[in-house]
Parts: sequence; structure tokens; C-alpha cells
Amino acid sequence: MPNRVAIVGIGQTYHTSKRPDVNYAEMVREAVVAALADAQLSIKDIEAAFMGTMETFEAIYLPDLGMAAEAGFFGKPGFKVGTGGTSGASVVAEGFYFVASGLFDVALIIGCEKQDCGDTTAAITAAATPMWGKGSTTGAIGEFAKQALSYMRTSGAKEEHAAMVRLKADRNACRNPYAHLKLGLKSVDEVLKSSYLVWPLRILDFCPQSCGACALIFASEKRAKKITKKPVWVADIETVHQEVFRAGVFGDPTGKETYTQHVACERLYKRNGITKPRRDIDMAEIYEPSNWEELNLYEHFHFCGKNEGWKLIEKGITEIEGEFPVNPSGGVIATNPIGATPTIRVAEAALQIRGDGGERQVTRDVKTAIATALGGPNWTVMTLLKRSL
Amino acid sequence: MTARVGIVAVGQTKYSPNRADVSEEELAYEAVKQVLESTGLSLSDFDGAVSCSQDFWDGRTISNMNIQRIVGAHLSDEDKVCEDGINAVYAGMARILSGHHKLVLVMAHTKESQAEKSLIENAAFDPAMLRQLGLDFLSAAAMQAKRYMYKYGITAEQCAEVAVKNRGNAKRNPFAQAPLDITTEDVLSSKILSSPIRLLDAKPISDGACAMILTTEERAKKLTRKPVWILGASCCYETHYLGDRDLAECDALAKAARKAYSMAGIRNPVKEIDVAEICEEYSYQELMWMEGLGFCGKGEAGKFIDSGITQMDGKLPVNPSGGMLPGNPICVAGMARVAEAVLQLRGEAGDRQVKNARVALAHGVTGACGQHHGVMILGR
Repeated sequence: MPNRVAIVGIGQTYHTSKRPDVNYAEMVREAVVAALADAQLSIKDIEAAFMGTMETFEAIYLPDLGMAAEAGFFGKPGFKVGTGGTSGASVVAEGFYFVASGLFDVALIIGCEKQDCGDTTAAITAAATPMWGKGSTTGAIGEFAKQALSYMRTSGAKEEHAAMVRLKADRNACRNPYAHLKLGLKSVDEVLKSSYLVWPLRILDFCPQSCGACALIFASEKRAKKITKKPVWVADIETVHQEVFRAGVFGDPTGKETYTQHVACERLYKRNGITKPRRDIDMAEIYEPSNWEELNLYEHFHFCGKNEGWKLIEKGITEIEGEFPVNPSGGVIATNPIGATPTIRVAEAALQIRGDGGERQVTRDVKTAIATALGGPNWTVMTLLKRSL
Repeated sequence: MTARVGIVAVGQTKYSPNRADVSEEELAYEAVKQVLESTGLSLSDFDGAVSCSQDFWDGRTISNMNIQRIVGAHLSDEDKVCEDGINAVYAGMARILSGHHKLVLVMAHTKESQAEKSLIENAAFDPAMLRQLGLDFLSAAAMQAKRYMYKYGITAEQCAEVAVKNRGNAKRNPFAQAPLDITTEDVLSSKILSSPIRLLDAKPISDGACAMILTTEERAKKLTRKPVWILGASCCYETHYLGDRDLAECDALAKAARKAYSMAGIRNPVKEIDVAEICEEYSYQELMWMEGLGFCGKGEAGKFIDSGITQMDGKLPVNPSGGMLPGNPICVAGMARVAEAVLQLRGEAGDRQVKNARVALAHGVTGACGQHHGVMILGR
């Protein structure tokens, strides 16, 4: 039997476009200090530290080595992982496996990105194969423009539905003290009048580049119960990767794609007895770089049937006060410090389970929550969290 | 540890100065293919993979993206570790011990030939303070070598002995890139790269890949008659700013070693370990790292190598494979140490076989002047 693993400490920085007041290590330290304070632990209690971040986004080679002293894991075991957009979830998986293995009882998990140091879109373009991909790649925006277009075409969703997703995200972000963009958007028209990035994606349809960090403290069952009265259990994790870029990897013009989200759901839901996700799970924090992708992901994660994603937003089901809240934090479209982004999804879902969501606490009693990550050529990591096991 | 993790197969490419004939993916598959063939497993049998490579070296963001299909990760589980490859083995071990995975493929690959080493290494230094000094890992290593030699009276000849021994050992290793018949005089008269480090004190640019299969105790016994068990493992971060450290010491390595030894129940490493594989990108490092590993006292590694203990016929042969000096790429090097340890324990090391090797140590290092060390103890 694997050891059970609980989240016993949660910390994050505020998020913004530029942090000239701190260097990368100092910024990460803020999240670590916050997580330790939340767990009422000292850095001496931490046995190991794992980091998820991308190196090319800051153009810093082996950035974790440079932060070991400031972020407190100097003299401790650990390593960094980097899997693109999913880095901050891959590191959650590492922490989960290392604590479940019994190798460590208390581990620090860090997701971070300081995008004011580098050029993320240039770096993402460098992900394509040098032989034939680089000339035709436009970073993330082009991919999600394709996705928006193919979703629009197949589902019957209108631009207004995507705009409604943006309005929800913005309302929620305004209730989240850590969120980056808090625009105070009032109407669908405001979104639809914003300028195009790559047709049909508008600037208000897409996420910002944020600086920020998120730290979690994982503990074994034995230690967790001593550390906190409100442990949040990491019930299960599923990682599903796939082959390199293909045309239409985020959207599906052919109708024949196998989505990593479907595979991940099939495995994770089955192992955990989830047959009706909207009934068996109480809320979700998902990785939606664009509002269109949120609609798409509602369907991929089986929160609704195929081509029905836009109906959820129309009916208000995914609002904070709704039947099945999605991204009460404001989500990725409001805040995207890439390496930290999936870690924040887990952190925010855990806060909801603890009832510590403050103004963004959802109405539904959250006993079970799901946090997802998206990255690379549409890779998926899903983390299932529970109040009790 | 109650449960044991078994390594049931290892594969590696021949290390080469320039594999322009293959892509990274094709290169990596050369190693993966060997472990599949030796076990009869297919990629769909694995429930997880851990790879090790570097975006900077590959010149590609998300450097693990192009190796998905050759590690069985298409619609399956994979993660990429960015420190040296020995940490990918460590991550694989955690997966098996956690009970969430049963059969994990571990792989590291790098083609150093297609990148500019010193530019990449310079990008590892703090951008505001250190980068502008023009530091790379070679110039940083030169400072460390000087400090170490000055503090403990280690001589250039003693460092050169490492280069002579390891390049000589490499002659019996079919995977080795640049085996050489040289003398200490040859090393000491080779050109200076960054004083006191000379050409033959340093490893050449290298391309290659390494792969292995990790599984549960039960499965390991079914898959091979000669499983090798991971008896202990750990790693440790050193601090970043070189000026904050006494560069003659390697406390992080000592810490990682102590943890690995305690897991493996080792009290006297020289007595209880039969063969050691250590990552020495520069010759002085094998001496320093042996001190960190507790093979001898601080400052005593010079005498230690003089005594012949670490030679092939000594009590504790160090780097029978030749180690890193004859040429191993970054990321792959530490995993190649584990692979050699496995071959030694299985009695499959051919002409370089250490007699009756029962317990082996593998070591990997990442960053300038040893900023991150990994240690693994393996047994039959």
C-alpha cells in the first residue's frame, strides 16, 4: 500500500507582469515562506524540495541551483522538472511519488516562473522541430486560435459564449487577492470589442504573461495529522503525454484525435469510482490558457456532453455560486506564471477543500476537487484532491 | 527500505564526439532498443517513464517532447528531470516504491556537439552578479581546483593520475569515446584550458544516451536472473554563489552520501563498496568527490590515489568504465555511472570486470563546482 500524501501547507506570491523589485530567487522565497507559515513549519522541517519551471522562459540554465539558498532547499535533496506548461503539475507528481514512496515525510513543492526575465513566446516557438516546425510556429497564441476556430465550428458555440467565460474569470479574479488581471469587465461587448491577436482570438480571450510562484508542502499521513487539522489529501494523479506537434493538436478538425484529457479521465475517474464527474467532484481548477479552451475542456473532462460546453456557461453552472464551480480563482486567463500555473490550480483547489477560499470560496461544499494542467503538445496532468480519504 | 527496486536492464550508446548522423530521438532510441531487446518487453508494457535532458543543450524548449514515442509515453506517463540523469533513476525508484508504478523506463540523452558549452554554462550563473564575469563551468572548476590544491596540498601530478587511470580504464570499455594510453607527463604537458586545468584534465564534447528499466522486486525476479537492487539513494543541493562556499569542500555530496549509506546500511564505504563510478568532468573532481563520499579524509585523496587503491587491481576500483573523462555527455553521465555499476554487479563488464563485485556506488553531479550531487548504492 502506498503511503497517503496530504497537502499541509499552501503559499503563493501575488502575480503581476513585472517584478523588478525582486530577483527570481527572492520571488520564489516569498511563496516558500508563505507555505511554511501556512503549515506553521520551519524550513528545517522540510526534508526535500522539488521544483517545476521552464528554463528557456527566463533563459536561465538550471535555475533551481541558483535559488537553493534563498528558497531554503540548500543542503536538501530534490531536483527540478521541466515539461512545458505542465511543469508545475509534473512537480506535484514528483512530490506525491516521493512522499508516497516513504523516502520523505515532508517535502516542499515549488512551481515558479518570472517571465519578465525572458521572452516566453520566442521560447515556445523553439519547441517545434527545427527541421520543419519552426518556420510555421507562433507560440501558444496560434495554437489556441486554431483550437477556438475548430471548437466554434464543431460545437455551435458563439463568440458571446467565450466572452461569458472571460467575464466569469474576471469576476472571480477580482475576488482573488493573488490574481494578476482584475479588469472589472462589465459586458460581453467589452470582450468582443477587444483587438485581435490571431483571428478569432482577441486579447481578452487569452492569458497574460505573469511572474509568480506557488509552494506546497506535502506530508505523509503520519506527519500530516500532526501538522494540521485540515490536511487535503492528494488522492490520485494521472499524467498523460503524447507525441510531438501535429496539426490541430488543441482542436480537432479531423474528429479523429485521441485527446490526452480523455485518456487521463478514463484512467483517473475509473480508479476513483467517478462515474458522474459533476456529481462526484465538487469543483475544478483547470488550466485554460484561453476562454475557448475552457469550453473545450468542460467537454474533454466530461463535465458535460460533447458540444455542450457553452451551455454550462450560459446556464451559470460553473460560476462560484453555481452547481459545479470551475476556476473560482479566476483561472489561467487571469493569471499565468507558467511553471507555477498548474501548482496554483492544485493550491486553489486545496484551499476550496479547506474552506479557505475567502471571497472566492464556492457555495457548494467541496469534499472532492480536481486540478488539471495542460502543456506541450496538449499534455494533461490531473490531480484529484479530497477532504478525507 | 522495506520494498526493493530492481534494475533489470541497462543500455547505452557508444559515446561519440559528434553524432550528426542521427537526431536526438534516434540517438536515444539506440539505448532504449537495447533494454527492450534484452528483456523482451515492448514500450506498451511500461506504466511510466522518466527522461533526463536539457532544453538548453537540445536547443529546444520542452526537450522531452521529441522522445515521447520512443519511451512509450504516447498516451502514457512521462516526466523529465533536469538535473543529471542519476536523479531520473532516483525519480524512477520513487515511482516504484510509491506503488503507483510497476515498470518504469528511464532514459537520458544529450548531443553536446550541437551546442556551445560555455554559452550554456554561463547562463547558469546569476544574471545580475556572476554572468557578466564570463564564468562558465570550466573557469569555475579552475577556481575550485586551485582552491582545493592550495588548501590540501594536492599536486597537479595527483590530478593527472586520475586522467591517466580513467583514460586507461576506458581502453577496456567498448562504450568509451576516447580511451588513451597516456602518462602523467602527457597530461601535464597538454595545453592549458583554464589554469590549472589542462586539455587532458577535462572531458571532451560528447554525444550519447543511456536507458534502463526499473521495476518491483517481484517483477524484477521474473524479468531477469540477474536483477540489481537499489540499496540506497539520495541527492543534495549545494549553495549557488561560489563566494559563499569554501570551494575545497563538497558538503552537499557528503550529505547525499551519508543518506544513501544509511539506507544501504553502509558504515565503512571503502570496506563495503566493491566498485565506484564517479562523475569527474575534470580530473581534480574525482579526488574531491572521493573525499565527499568518505572514501578518505578531507585533503587525503591525493595520497589515496597514490596508494593505488582506486586502480583496477586495487581494493576499491574507481571508474573502471573510464568515467566521464574519456567522454560522456551532460545529463547522461550520472546514468551511465549507474549503468556501469549494474554491469559490474551482473558480472557483465567484460575486460573491465571487477572481481566479485557485490556492492557498487554510482555518483552524478550537476552545475558549476558540484552544485548538486546524486549518490546511489546498488547491490546484487
